[in-house]
Amino acid sequence: MKARIPAVAAVLLLAVTGCSAGSSASVSAGPGTLSVGFTAEPANFDFTRTDGAAIPQALLYNVYEGLVKLDAQGRIVPLLAKSWTISPDRKTYDFQLQQGVRFSNGAQFTAEDVKFSLMRVKTAWTISIKSTMDVVDHVDVVAPDHARVVLAKPSNGWLFSLTSRLGAMFSPTGVADLANRPVGTGPYVVAARKRGDSVVLKENPGYWGREPAYSTVVLKYIKDPTALNNALSSNGIDVISAVTAPDSVPQFQADDRFQVIQGTSNSEVTLAMNNQRAPLNDVRVRRALTYAIDRKALLDTAWAGRGTLIGSMVPPTDPWYEDLANVYPFEPAKAKALLSEAGVTNLNLRLRIPNLPYAVSAAQVVQSQLADVGVRTTIEPLDFPAVWLKQVFTDHDYDLSIIQHVEARDITTFGKPKYYWGYDSKRVQQLLAEADSGTPEQQVADMKQVARQLNADAAADWLFLFPNVIVAKAKVGGFAANQVSESFDLTGLAPR
Amino acid sequence: MTARVLRRVAIFVVSVLAASIVVFLFMAVLPGDPAQVALGVNATPELLAKTRAEFGIDRPLVTQYFDWIGGVLHGDFGRSYVTRDAIGPQLLDRLGVTLWLVGAGMLVALVIAVPAGTFAAVKHRKASGAGVSGLSQIGVAIPAFLAGIILVQIFAVQLRWLPSGGWTPPDQNAGEFLRGLILPALSLGLVQGAVLTRYVRSAVLDTLGQDYLRTARSKGLRPGQALVRHGLRNASVPVVTVLGLQLATLLIGAVVVERVFVLPGLGSMLLDAVSARDLLTVQGIVLVLVAGVLLVNFVVDVLYTVLDPRLRGS
Repeated sequence: MKARIPAVAAVLLLAVTGCSAGSSASVSAGPGTLSVGFTAEPANFDFTRTDGAAIPQALLYNVYEGLVKLDAQGRIVPLLAKSWTISPDRKTYDFQLQQGVRFSNGAQFTAEDVKFSLMRVKTAWTISIKSTMDVVDHVDVVAPDHARVVLAKPSNGWLFSLTSRLGAMFSPTGVADLANRPVGTGPYVVAARKRGDSVVLKENPGYWGREPAYSTVVLKYIKDPTALNNALSSNGIDVISAVTAPDSVPQFQADDRFQVIQGTSNSEVTLAMNNQRAPLNDVRVRRALTYAIDRKALLDTAWAGRGTLIGSMVPPTDPWYEDLANVYPFEPAKAKALLSEAGVTNLNLRLRIPNLPYAVSAAQVVQSQLADVGVRTTIEPLDFPAVWLKQVFTDHDYDLSIIQHVEARDITTFGKPKYYWGYDSKRVQQLLAEADSGTPEQQVADMKQVARQLNADAAADWLFLFPNVIVAKAKVGGFAANQVSESFDLTGLAPR
Repeated sequence: MTARVLRRVAIFVVSVLAASIVVFLFMAVLPGDPAQVALGVNATPELLAKTRAEFGIDRPLVTQYFDWIGGVLHGDFGRSYVTRDAIGPQLLDRLGVTLWLVGAGMLVALVIAVPAGTFAAVKHRKASGAGVSGLSQIGVAIPAFLAGIILVQIFAVQLRWLPSGGWTPPDQNAGEFLRGLILPALSLGLVQGAVLTRYVRSAVLDTLGQDYLRTARSKGLRPGQALVRHGLRNASVPVVTVLGLQLATLLIGAVVVERVFVLPGLGSMLLDAVSARDLLTVQGIVLVLVAGVLLVNFVVDVLYTVLDPRLRGS
């Protein structure tokens, strides 16, 4: 017996060291492979029938392409359309298409596919944002490389929506099994997937445009932020697409094997106030709460100071951005005065938040700052998405909530009185409608008015704009700092 | 003996069916609407109603239950609300990962516990035996996920000998598979090994005090020989009981360890499915886990009769 114990230990030790001797733990096989870590995994590959950000993040611009795309500055630029013209009544769009484009299944891309794809949104898609495409009246195939889209009424929002998944081009020969076999015109094709682990993209050999620098990209799905950081530190991945634990950033900044790229996103962390409920239906009360919150301090505490103070529902990458962050400076005295002017005493509000890290830490700051002006709050963390969506978003059962609004240009939600904000302003609704149908100059002018009006009405309190923080190995270059589209665009990435 | 086994089989089947009802009812009262979660924030009431009908969750609960359990009995676990794929094959795929993990964890636990526990029992009056006991005490106090985090920090982040997580199927690359399995198996197995060490120690200690062992010694066997030939089999009965309980603990521990090490097993599938309110998937996974635990108990019961001939008559 005596001799046996060390023997077993020795065998074990040999087994362990034998397996690990001399090799690093990298999964990056070869210089042409890039491994990118994400937190949210696509449920399947069919974004026409399954909502959620993870599918377009992986596939848009990489596997699927649209007529137009958003560049790193947030401008609408040509992709499968070489150019386009808009009629004077702003209802007819003529797209000149790229020639020699093929889908990954070999089918040629023509104006017929434009017609097929755009009309298919109305008939076959089920996700709710498809309603943006309702404005399309019909599509004419003028020539194989010329598609004419006729809208029922002018809409700037429509052209913008073409930069999203709604504008993705499909082939009638490639939609049989969208959930498993996506067929697009993009530089990559889906080569393999392992549920709960990864999706492998390989270069599309017949790609019409510039060949991507990495011939293989592994999208690794790692839900836990610490595990994601560990994967990068231990060479398991090359890039963290979006850091969800800001406290970990300094550790990478201090290490010259890594680079940290920080920009803005479309994601407004918003303190929603139920505009329909007394006393929050009184603008003085909403303004009082806005004066009572020190957003700079909140950002420092809740998200390590990473993020941008905005003051309205507009990120700096939108054309109508104005800095409204200081309209309501931190003035507790003014908050108290407004509350007493409104005759509100002994206020007790339910702060019903999703059980997500940013919301929990922001809620604690909001609670303590509101307490300083005599407003008590009860924080109720709700399981996200299921319970929050049901109770707060659908049933409007809340006074205050804190949530990221991640969609591009979601300022338009303030034009829907039934939305959970409960905000009903005829002026804002009219301005939004005018902005959508007017010229681009009018649109910018009108949208500025909308943002100012929302700010003046304290329709909500925009606590901060979520940062877009990418951490990558120093050898990888070509990242866009600002996240403007739904896509994690791999096409610009290259070794440096 | 056959009657005993048949009775055990009957108990097993009834328990699984009872568990299926409990699992189903828990899912039914869970707040949150799967259709709403699937459709996201801009869903219209019409679309919600349509999706509920498509999922079949607008039907009476009893109909839903019998529909589901009827399918399960035919090996059809239904289609996931989220991925819209058949759940059965996915379950099988994920179960494979979890079984590797649990099996490797159990192996680590046994390889540690049997020698260490026996050593601690034989040397229980010496400092070395007490030392092993003390170490196992510390091991018992560390939860598996914490062990995992510490192991990753040391071996993956600092030394970079082993991957911090991820899964390579064994048929794809056996070396990578083993390298990826070491840390998760250690974090599961070290803790269970520490627990098991204490049981092995007390079982062996108990056996050492028995009359038949003194008789064996008096026949002229050396202490080691006496223990191996006459003691270990007797000591193994209580240890097998604990082992059965531990397998259940390992299955549950695997849920957390899979998250730490990013392994695509049943545990991570379960967590994702719960947060997406993919109720059919949750039901399927929980049923498989419950059936697994009951199966282990069943096997342990049968093992008693194999290990201890005295039970065969009864």
